[in-house]
Amino acid sequence: MFETLRGEELKNQERRKERLDRGIKARTEGLYAIQSWREVLYLIAPRASLIVGLLILPLVLPGLYWQRVLALAGVYALLAVSFDFLAERVGLVCIGGAFMIGVGGYISGALNYYLKLPIFLTIPIGTFGGALLCTLLWLPCLPLRGIYFAVVTFMFPFLTTSIILAGNLFEGTEGLSPIVGFPNIWIGIYLIIFILLLSIFGLRRLCGEDIGVVFSGIKDNDQAVLASAINITRIKVYALYIGSMIGCFSGAFVAHFSGFVGVSLFAVDFSIMPIAACIMGGPGTLAGPALGALILSPLSELLRGFGQLRVVLYCLVLIGFILFKPEGLLNWISRKYHQTEHWVKV
Amino acid sequence: MEVIIYGIVNGMTFVLMAIGFSFVYGISRLPNFAHGALYVVTGFITWSFINNAGLPYLLSIIFSLIIVTLAGTAIYQFVMIRVRGMPISEIIVSFAIALAILEGLRLQGIGGFKGFIGPGYVLPRFMDGVLETSGVTIDFQRLFIIGFGLILLFLMWLFTHYSKIGLSLRAMAQNERAALMLGINSDFMANIALGIGSALAGLAAIVIMPLGNVNCESGYSVLTTAIAVCVIGGLGSWMGTILAGLILGIATTIMSAIGGTMWNNVLIFGLIILILIVRPSGLFGKQKELEERV
Repeated sequence: MFETLRGEELKNQERRKERLDRGIKARTEGLYAIQSWREVLYLIAPRASLIVGLLILPLVLPGLYWQRVLALAGVYALLAVSFDFLAERVGLVCIGGAFMIGVGGYISGALNYYLKLPIFLTIPIGTFGGALLCTLLWLPCLPLRGIYFAVVTFMFPFLTTSIILAGNLFEGTEGLSPIVGFPNIWIGIYLIIFILLLSIFGLRRLCGEDIGVVFSGIKDNDQAVLASAINITRIKVYALYIGSMIGCFSGAFVAHFSGFVGVSLFAVDFSIMPIAACIMGGPGTLAGPALGALILSPLSELLRGFGQLRVVLYCLVLIGFILFKPEGLLNWISRKYHQTEHWVKV
Repeated sequence: MEVIIYGIVNGMTFVLMAIGFSFVYGISRLPNFAHGALYVVTGFITWSFINNAGLPYLLSIIFSLIIVTLAGTAIYQFVMIRVRGMPISEIIVSFAIALAILEGLRLQGIGGFKGFIGPGYVLPRFMDGVLETSGVTIDFQRLFIIGFGLILLFLMWLFTHYSKIGLSLRAMAQNERAALMLGINSDFMANIALGIGSALAGLAAIVIMPLGNVNCESGYSVLTTAIAVCVIGGLGSWMGTILAGLILGIATTIMSAIGGTMWNNVLIFGLIILILIVRPSGLFGKQKELEERV
């Protein structure tokens, strides 16, 4: 019925784009995928390119400066993955990423500064203890949904900052310095890359498990989940703990990587940049936000010379993506990878 | 006595800061995170009109209010209208606008633009002088905040209850689909709501800013204050906003008289968490319980 034509011939007529799955995609969906190298490669290539790319990246980067930028990009990527998991998989729009960073950073920094604990103890304590603290503080907000939850979590970093400044806690504006750094920059970089890969693939696996189905149920229709006699607040607590664990780890990492803990950890950058990365990379894909962060944060580093202009620029990027390309980069790429498209006459 | 009077002034300040946010959210269900940015922008535009263009104070106030109202409608018309109904995108887009505005005001050295940094940006007070009654000293500007706030609230009440546009706005807030069926253009009304909300932010700025100087950081604190008041009072509820503003104002004044300013934010924090545990829809929240709480 539909006549397949080339785009130019159809310019002036009624036309629409038809998308079809590639044959190889249909073939690789079952167990039969393992019967030929081509199909195995088709399945492995996207995952392997992410892993290999991230592992090689620190080696090919020129100089210490860009390696530090990469580590910071890893922090933003972790936050973006955490935001994506909470917002798109569980339906908890938590825009207080800076709060997780701050809590994790302050806990591990203070342990190192006051008690002189070694780095391999402070980071785990900062991660697990910080996640516990975040979850406890956000526990009263958990019955809230959508925008209400977002609005409340948004205020936490601001209020904490003003409490720390007004009460002169943890040395106030001066901050805690010095904090012991990593013995070697390679350890730092590969630690964050390893954790990033672990959380991307771990969360993907988690969302495929039984509890992942409950997560998406809570996102789409929590009444139905409640009707199945599942305590949704408890499930949300699990999700929040997992999400803030990732955030608090990046906080502890930032504290040790920069050798400094101060109220700048609660800066609004840590809340807004991961969201920008998530929107740009493709919401709901988990790997997409990491990709977005790895693109956006070196970009904003290049613009550092322009001062405040870079914040303005990435806000404009964010608005542009939301308005004109809401699906994000990774969804677009995977569509090109899995499907063919052509114009047909209506 | 002093604590009570200053508490009321403080509370009225909070109410003025929050009322625009609450108004927009109550009618169009749009969280206008650009609220704080519009507040700051009004201050700077007024300052520029007075000091760069040499206009009289009253005229520059009127001009800047018009500009801010237009900015609010433009934000709706060009940006928010495309993402309405998607909570994540609404928050992110409006917050991105706020950041772009607030950080943009600090830009330096592009086209000879100096950037609004430093303590030099002060709006003149409406009237100088102080009033002394029963041992309490209070200046006219603070008295003016109380009076102006009361008049504004009364005018808003009149507007929403006795004018055609106000009635349609309330219809929208109650049930958007039914309003649509009765021939109320919901996009147009949301546009007007955002315009009025921005104008309210601007009015708050003009009344409150002469007490201190104009700076970009206050944009963030105004936004958090507005959200705190709205969460405690119930998002989108008028009475709730007024009551919560006054309660918060008096409570923080008492707290800082007893313990110091640090306890202000601890108190706000504590109140929010308490309210969320006891009554998640806020003091006067009229949202359907199921929509926000499960």
